[in-house]
Amino acid sequence: MTSAYDKPIPIPANEQLTKPFWEAAKRKELIIPYCNSCSNLFFYPREVCPNCFSKDLTWKKMSGNGRVYSYTHVRQSVHPSFQSSHGHIYAIVELDEGPKIPSGIVGCKPEDVYVDMPVFVAFDEVTEEVTLVIFQKA
Amino acid sequence: MSLRGRGAIVGIGEVPTRRIHEGRSMYGLCAEAAGLAIADAGISKEDIDGLVTDGVALPPAVAEYLDIKPNFATGVSMQGASGATATMVATSAVSSGICNTVLVVMGNSRQDAERAGRAAGRGTPGPSVRSEWEEPHGMAPGANTGYGLMYRRHIHEYGTTEEQLAKMASDQRYNALENENAVFNGQPISKEDVLNSRYINEPLKLLESVMPCDGAAALIITTPERAKNMKNKPAYVLGVGLKQGEANIWQRDKFTETPAVDSVRRALEMAGYTPTDIEFAEFYDCYTILAAMCIEDAGLVEKGEIGPFYEETDTTYKGTFPINTDGGQLSGGQPGLAGGFRHVIEGARQIMGKAGSRQVEKSDLCLVNG
Repeated sequence: MTSAYDKPIPIPANEQLTKPFWEAAKRKELIIPYCNSCSNLFFYPREVCPNCFSKDLTWKKMSGNGRVYSYTHVRQSVHPSFQSSHGHIYAIVELDEGPKIPSGIVGCKPEDVYVDMPVFVAFDEVTEEVTLVIFQKA
Repeated sequence: MSLRGRGAIVGIGEVPTRRIHEGRSMYGLCAEAAGLAIADAGISKEDIDGLVTDGVALPPAVAEYLDIKPNFATGVSMQGASGATATMVATSAVSSGICNTVLVVMGNSRQDAERAGRAAGRGTPGPSVRSEWEEPHGMAPGANTGYGLMYRRHIHEYGTTEEQLAKMASDQRYNALENENAVFNGQPISKEDVLNSRYINEPLKLLESVMPCDGAAALIITTPERAKNMKNKPAYVLGVGLKQGEANIWQRDKFTETPAVDSVRRALEMAGYTPTDIEFAEFYDCYTILAAMCIEDAGLVEKGEIGPFYEETDTTYKGTFPINTDGGQLSGGQPGLAGGFRHVIEGARQIMGKAGSRQVEKSDLCLVNG
């Protein structure tokens, strides 16, 4: 929302490849790569399916439901914008559909997060160009 | 044909690990370590006809710096496993006759990065999986955050406690008190000190994490036939195994399992031993939780039982099962990829009977995990 956003914004390794993901995020949708050849859902996006090497890939919209697979309460962050007295949660969320995705956790205090905690997708419009996919306590 | 007994470590060299070696460079430190290893082996520079580095130190640059012209040179580029992998590659080279005597060397100078002007960056140079998917959510540069995630899962799946892993760090510090090359030599810590150190990536604490340092290490490997005529009692490489895992921890199916499950099994099969034969161990320990999981995966303890093992076992050099007898990286420091190499060096040092006041009682069979 604000041009003063000072945390790292995503720097894609291949911006053509992941453009649909980031455009969907702006529409408040979470989409994940899907292989038409072997029905593999996978994340992060790749140019070929990591299961069968097919290039016949598309995107599938996710329910947005998941759970915290693991998390760490980050107290020392090298990037100054993340540095605060109370730290922040960095989590890996396992979607109900299977793939895992890195995310912050909002909607609860850092100390209230636990492994297996149900979460639901949220969208954080950090700049006019970028909406981050994050998760909140369900 | 296997590599069993085909490579003999006949010389070792180590530049003390320090927070900074002021005014030094990686290549300069590597050259110093190489000189120490060559002298220790009782050979001359001209005897070196093979060179293996971590790949950060470029082999052509090292050869030029030392003014050697080896018949075989490569950099293994295996991140933390570079030391162990380089030792494996060097053993293969001498056993196949590609060359006779290999210098394995790697080191680190933190000032080199400053010189290159990279210190102010985001920690990951260039666009990557990390820069797109992880750093925007606050993943800290380096490996801290990933190991925090593993630690949390290990607690969740096996009931491991922070107190149990704190004992690993305090046992290793005890060992470092007998190692003048360790950066924390002369600074004892207790289990309580570890528990009371601040969280970096909770549950991971400061004293469960390596400190980036300067230093370098080197060793000389030759054939068993040549080793017979050299001055040191050699340490023979009896078995090797390697398994490549995922680059990013969150891409693993199981956060609590490491590639050591497979690599150690292969090494033991080649050597003809089982985990119960092992007398002492040197395990890669960038963080307590990684060494903990690898010790389990190696079969030295049952999966999930590392916590009770540390509660019940004295793992110092005086103990019933010594682990990381030089202090490991946690208490010795991490001079780049030479940090992981220290485990090979110390394993060889103990077997060669050169460990001085920290010499372990039974030092014939060591398991090294890089």
